[in-house]
Amino acid sequence: MSTDDAIVVEGLAKSFGDVHALAGIDLRVPRGSVLGVLGPNGAGKTTAVKILTTLLRPDSGRAIVDGRDVLADPAGVRRSIGLAGQSAAIVDELTGRENLEMMGRLYHLGKRRTKDRAQELLEQFGLTDAAARRAKTYSGGMTRRLDLAASLVARPKVLFLDEPTTGLDPRARNDMWQVIRDLVSAGTTLLLTTQYLEEADELADRIVVFDHGKVIAEGTADELKDTVGGDVVEFSVDDDSGREAAVKAVSGLDGVEPTVSESRVISVRAGDRGSDRLVEVVRRLDDAGIQPQGLGLRRPSLDDVFLALTGHAAEAEPESGDKEAVADA
Amino acid sequence: MSASTATIGRGSLVRDGLSDTFVMMKRNLLVWVRVPAYIVFTLIQPVMFILLFRYVFGGAIKANVPGGYVDYLVPGVIGQTMGFGSFGTAISLANELQKGTIDRLRAMPIARSAVLLGRLGADVLRMAVVTVVLIGVGAAIGFRFHNGVGGALLMFVYSILLGLTICTVSAFIGLALKEEEAVQGFGLIWVFPLTFVSSAFVPVQSMPHWLQVFAVNQPFTQVIDALRSFALGTPIGNHAWVSLLWLAGIMAVFVPLAVRAYRRAS
Repeated sequence: MSTDDAIVVEGLAKSFGDVHALAGIDLRVPRGSVLGVLGPNGAGKTTAVKILTTLLRPDSGRAIVDGRDVLADPAGVRRSIGLAGQSAAIVDELTGRENLEMMGRLYHLGKRRTKDRAQELLEQFGLTDAAARRAKTYSGGMTRRLDLAASLVARPKVLFLDEPTTGLDPRARNDMWQVIRDLVSAGTTLLLTTQYLEEADELADRIVVFDHGKVIAEGTADELKDTVGGDVVEFSVDDDSGREAAVKAVSGLDGVEPTVSESRVISVRAGDRGSDRLVEVVRRLDDAGIQPQGLGLRRPSLDDVFLALTGHAAEAEPESGDKEAVADA
Repeated sequence: MSASTATIGRGSLVRDGLSDTFVMMKRNLLVWVRVPAYIVFTLIQPVMFILLFRYVFGGAIKANVPGGYVDYLVPGVIGQTMGFGSFGTAISLANELQKGTIDRLRAMPIARSAVLLGRLGADVLRMAVVTVVLIGVGAAIGFRFHNGVGGALLMFVYSILLGLTICTVSAFIGLALKEEEAVQGFGLIWVFPLTFVSSAFVPVQSMPHWLQVFAVNQPFTQVIDALRSFALGTPIGNHAWVSLLWLAGIMAVFVPLAVRAYRRAS
C-alpha cells in the first residue's frame, strides 16, 4: 500500500438482510486529490461513507483512512477525518458561532484556540455577519456552509462530503462549489458523494460510478465521457407532435437511436464524426419540415455516461427514496 | 497553522469524557431554554395540574395528611412530572438520530458515552429546575414542608432519582423507535397509567380492589409515597427502601438496553 494514498479500500462488502448495499468495492484516493462517488439513490454511496467514517462495520474487506484501519483503529480514523453533508451537525437553536465553538470544545482545542478557529472559519465561509444569529434563521446554503465549517474545526486531513448540495438551489450550489474548490486547493483530500453528474464533473479529479453496490466505471470526467463515444448532437422542438416527428426523422442514423431527456432535449450520439452527423440531422429535419431550436454539437455530459453504462438515467432510479436510509435501516 | 489534527487536545480519558459530557449538556440545556414550546411543555403543564387538582378536583378528594389536600397533591405532581418530563429525552434522541446528528457526533473523536450522558444530565438538571418551580408554585397556594430541611432535601433527591430513572427508560424508547413521529405516538402512552393509577392525585384506597393491587405496588406509588412522607413527616413505612429497589432494578434493566440501542442505532 502506498502511503501516498489517503484512502485505500479493498473488497469492501456490506449487506442489510438481503440487500447488498456494497458488493465488494475497491477504491484508492491519493493525498490531496478529490474523488467523486457518483450514483443514484440506493447505489451504496452512503454505506461506503459510513464504513469509511467508522459508523458502520463492513461484512468483509478492509478500509484504510490516513494510514489507519477503520476496524482496528476507529478512534485514530476519527481524529483524521471530517464528515459533513446535509447539515446534520448544526443545532438550530445555537448561533453560527456557538455551533462552531461547541465543535472546538468537543475536539478539546482549548478556549482560546476554539474562539480563534471559529472566527477564522466564519470569515472563510462568509458567515461573519450572521455569526450572532441562530442557525434556524439561516438559508439552506448558509446552513450547509456552516455545517461544512463545523467539520473543519480540527483541520481534518481527509474530508467526507455526503451529498453536500442535495436540495440546494443553483445559486447556493455554485457558492458551495466555490467553497469546496478553495478547500481542495489548500490540499485537503476529499471524498465527495453526489447524485449530480455536473457536480462530480466540476469538483472531482477522478470519478467512480456506483450502481447497485458495485463500481461500474472509474476515471477522469474526460475518460468517462470518451466511453460514450464522442460528441452528441442536441436540439429541441417546441410542440409535442413536432418532437415526435423529429425523433422519427433522426432515428436510425447508422443504427443510433435518439434519446429525449426530461427537459425534452433530443440527443443523437455522433461518434467521432460529429460534424457529418450534425449536417445529416439538419438535412433530415429540413426534409421533414421541422424547425429545431438550439441545435448544436456538444461534449457528452455525465448523464450520457450513466445512460451508456447502465442503460438507465442516473436520476430516474425507480426506488427514489429520500436517502439510502431504506437500505441502511 | 495554529492547529492541526496532530494537536487535537488529548488529556486523560476521564477528563475528556467529562468535558465532552458537559459540552453536550450545555448544548441541550441551551436548546431547552431557547425554545418557548419546550418551556411551556415542561413548566406550564405541571403547574396547570397543580392548579386544576387544587381548585377543581381537590375539593372532592379526601386526603388524611397534615395540611390537607394541597400537601398531599404537590409531592404527587412532582412525581408525575418526572414521568411526563422524560418525554423530552425520547423525542430529542429520536430526532437527533433521524437527522443524522448522532452519526456526525460518533464520527468525531469524542467520548462514546458523551451523547447519552449529556442528554440524561441535561434532562435531570431540567427536572431539578422544574421541581423547584413546582415547590414554589405549591408554596404560593398553601403547600408547606412539615419535616424540616432534611426531609425537604430527601424529597428533592428522590424525585431527581425518579426523573433520572424514567429518563433512562425514555432514552431507550427514543433510540429503539428511532423516529420522532413514532415517539410522538408512543412515547407518553406508557406514562399515563403509571402516573394516574398511582397515589399521585388520589389515595389508592379509593380505587377498586383489582386496580389497587397494581396501584399500591407499582414504582410511581412507592416513590410518590416516599416523597410525601419525606415532605410531610408522615410514617414512611418501607417506601424509602422499596422505591430505591424499584429504581435500581429499572436502571439495571434499562441502562444496558439504552446503551445497546445507542450502539446499534445508525
